[in-house]
Amino acid sequence: MDTTAPRGLATKDIVYIALFAALTAALGLMPPIHFAGAALPPISAQSLGVMLAGAVLGSKRGGLALLLFIALVAVGLPLLSGGRGGFGVLIGTSGGFLLAWPLCAYIIGYLMEKDTAASPIKTGLYVAFGGIVVMYAAGIPWMAFIGKLGLPKSLTIMVAYVPGDLVKVGLATVIARGLRRAYPNL
Amino acid sequence: MLDLYTPGSSFLHRLPPAPKMLAMMLGATLLFINQSLPVTIAATLVIFALYPVAQLTLKQAFAQIRPLLIIFVLFFVVQWYFSGLELAAYVVLRLAALILLASLVTLTTRSSDMIDTMTHGLSYLKPIGVNPEKVSLAISLALRFIPVLAQITREVREAQKTRGLERSVIAVAMPMAIRAIKMADDISDAIDSRGYRS
Repeated sequence: MDTTAPRGLATKDIVYIALFAALTAALGLMPPIHFAGAALPPISAQSLGVMLAGAVLGSKRGGLALLLFIALVAVGLPLLSGGRGGFGVLIGTSGGFLLAWPLCAYIIGYLMEKDTAASPIKTGLYVAFGGIVVMYAAGIPWMAFIGKLGLPKSLTIMVAYVPGDLVKVGLATVIARGLRRAYPNL
Repeated sequence: MLDLYTPGSSFLHRLPPAPKMLAMMLGATLLFINQSLPVTIAATLVIFALYPVAQLTLKQAFAQIRPLLIIFVLFFVVQWYFSGLELAAYVVLRLAALILLASLVTLTTRSSDMIDTMTHGLSYLKPIGVNPEKVSLAISLALRFIPVLAQITREVREAQKTRGLERSVIAVAMPMAIRAIKMADDISDAIDSRGYRS
């Protein structure tokens, strides 16, 4: 019996949290997509898991799903795309992006909860805010700090990833809306 | 479940996860505080030397840095151009040392041992509403779901192939997501019907 938490998680919530942590890991098994030839860096599908967790599960469960995922990476499971894992990746150059994932999912979920009848465009904007703006706001300063690069240079490096992330925002929006329609009380 | 652990019997393998993780965090912090290139070079060499001590090969050490090689070169060139050779060397070496140090912990500690340490540590958070048993349940479920999701994806892709839709991302992702949620609902019903109290 859980008497400590004000509103504890039901079994269903725990299973959903595990499911979306696993989904993020499974998306890392997909080979990176080269959608613009050699012009842009290949995108990994993994941050799609972040967007979906937030948009489908909401703030608390979405954030916890990604927290679980990051914890599994930290203990050394090779769950990041390319079979990477361990503390080394989390404190490396892209560590800021990864550590921000729980927050990104939480914020997407929070925005969706505030506006339950959001139009497709608005849903897309919420997903883009959490999945791109918040993620980059954490990841770019981290990269600048670790590499002593300064913000403008780090920003320039990251611009190449924006088109790929926009594709993922579109996908996450369509899938999340479809799931919400199929399961109105997730 | 495969993890990045390399079996061995060295001192580092035998050290419990908690002090090992604390030592790593302390080491990483010191690497950040330190601003001198000679100290960074010395630290990198010491960390390299720890690999043979932990019965790991230098080849394994290089394998830890290889995925980041392109970023290292990029950082090095940018720093060299804008701030000089010394800062470029300092930044890239510090990064290499950090990653080698963290990987040393990952390579010498079983994931299952680290999960045990983590869930044990979580029991101290009980007063703020963390339930370690629920965390353990979530961890085991997540590890089990990864291969299941890969299997569902294969099945959906095959089904859509017969309709000529296997290259459409939405036509594969949508049924896959719905099947995954249905599976999660069935599993949570099964857990509850077996008397798991949450």
